[in-house]
Amino acid sequence: MNQMSTEGYVTADGRQIGGVLMEMKNITLRFGGVVAIKDISFDIRQGEIRAIIGPNGAGKSSMLNVISGFYHPQEGEVWFKGYRRGPMKPYQVARLGIARTFQNIALFDGMSVLDNIMTGRLNRMKAGFLSQALWWGAAEREENENREAVEKIIDFLEIQNIRKTPVGRLPYGLKKRVELARALAAEPQLLLLDEPMAGMNVEEKEDMSRFILSVNDEFGTTICLIEHDMGVVMDLSDRVVVMDYGKKIGDGTPAEVRANQEVIDAYLGVAHD
Amino acid sequence: MDQFIFAAEVVLNGLMTGVMYALVALGFVLIFKASGVFNYAQGVLALFAALTLVGIQNGQVPFAHLINAALGTQLHHFGWTVPSVMAIALTALVMVGLAFLIEKLVLQHLVGQEPIILFMATIGLAYFLEGLGDVMWGADIKTLDVGLPQGISDSIETMTDAWFGYGFFIDRLDIWATVIAALLVAALVAFAQYTKQGRAMRAVADDHQAALSVGISLRFIWVMVWSIAGFVALVAGIMWGTKSGVQFSLSLIALKALPVLMLGGFTSIPGAIVGGLIIGVGEKLFEFTVGPMVGGATENWFAYVLALLFLVFRPQGLFGERIIERV
Repeated sequence: MNQMSTEGYVTADGRQIGGVLMEMKNITLRFGGVVAIKDISFDIRQGEIRAIIGPNGAGKSSMLNVISGFYHPQEGEVWFKGYRRGPMKPYQVARLGIARTFQNIALFDGMSVLDNIMTGRLNRMKAGFLSQALWWGAAEREENENREAVEKIIDFLEIQNIRKTPVGRLPYGLKKRVELARALAAEPQLLLLDEPMAGMNVEEKEDMSRFILSVNDEFGTTICLIEHDMGVVMDLSDRVVVMDYGKKIGDGTPAEVRANQEVIDAYLGVAHD
Repeated sequence: MDQFIFAAEVVLNGLMTGVMYALVALGFVLIFKASGVFNYAQGVLALFAALTLVGIQNGQVPFAHLINAALGTQLHHFGWTVPSVMAIALTALVMVGLAFLIEKLVLQHLVGQEPIILFMATIGLAYFLEGLGDVMWGADIKTLDVGLPQGISDSIETMTDAWFGYGFFIDRLDIWATVIAALLVAALVAFAQYTKQGRAMRAVADDHQAALSVGISLRFIWVMVWSIAGFVALVAGIMWGTKSGVQFSLSLIALKALPVLMLGGFTSIPGAIVGGLIIGVGEKLFEFTVGPMVGGATENWFAYVLALLFLVFRPQGLFGERIIERV
């Protein structure tokens, strides 16, 4: 990636990628004596699809949790939009414009799909307290605007027919989609996806890949995702970070990573022949 | 016919008592919904609110006994009285402060703990608050009068007398309690359903992690919910305090809220209301019909037996969310 300037680069499929949106500098994260992440640095650029891959226990989810404020690294710096971020709570990170989904799905099971997605817009609502309760002027306009935005996302992700269904009743694949919808509702600048395709069948995986690509394409959202399925990762992402035992062992385009001997040994397995 | 009309009066009085039960139960439901904590201290919260209200109203010096013992002074009263409306507003502020302290000193340190641990914490909180109320305001029984009308309503008696030839005895305080409770419930439902904070509250109740990820501050929501519970406790404290004086047995009313919750379901605001009414009417009617046959005093146990039956046959209550186990 030496040819890459700070002004961005052009991807293989001709998309223009911008400057650095998020930068992780020398991140080290320990749980007691266990080192989950060891001195890792990488950046995420405006408009790109960035993947973090690695075998189980490599520290991928930990890294995503560092980015979203659920974990706080003992060493290193997190930079977002050119500013160094102090130790923030997850809700503060969310308010910065970083939305995420979870490996094990964290939705509000008791609420309808629509209500779940609406919570994604909580931070965009400014109307006063009384006005909201009494359904007055500003609150009504705001609710309508937010509803409109949410309906667009619902159309976009093709979940119109389950809008009113309580999330607890949905099958796994659809829950994943609703979670993505809720994250999108916040109109994030950076979208973090923790194994968006884990546990899905082939068809569901194809749908999800399609959605991820069109989110990036239509809304210009920068995406950082963790995924196990190598095929999917190589198809989707512009650049890939490879982790193993908490260390970074590779970083580059899918083609570069595929050719990296260390990566092949660690993740793809040493060839049997 | 006389018997029938008398029964109608019993039902009516039962409804009024039920409203009182519902008021206490409401506080339980709010906190349970938003934080999954069964707040044993809700009854004591009502007692504490009532004590504080009377104290502020009468210009009592808080911690008077403690101060006098330590400094050898003879302080008891500031020598002023505070108008009811202002005293209620001040007490509401105290309840918000209390919510803030509870979050800061207790809940914050127990984030992510098992529900049973949080429950135990609220038991501790209940006894602490009871002691605090005692030290702050003294243990004597106080009368509370914030200007709510009391006594048997003459107009209803004459009106019903003219209609049925039988005058209904209904306490004006009960009528007011019903109206205020209805307003309170309407306000709470509107808040939970239509406001940003209400939506955030429901989100927190459902999943902490997910709530954080959409930018909701758990601390803010908890302080808010405990403040609201404190406010509901204040309303309940005013009603019960006016009815039967502010005394420490007030905290025992909370126990009657338990069967109410088992009937209504721990997660349903309408459930708390309907549950309260059913228990209120049920125990009065039972006392009226079966009571004389078994020697009376059935009101002491009727609610609990009813709750027991519900636990056996419909553990989620009438309105609680259905317990679904996905296998």
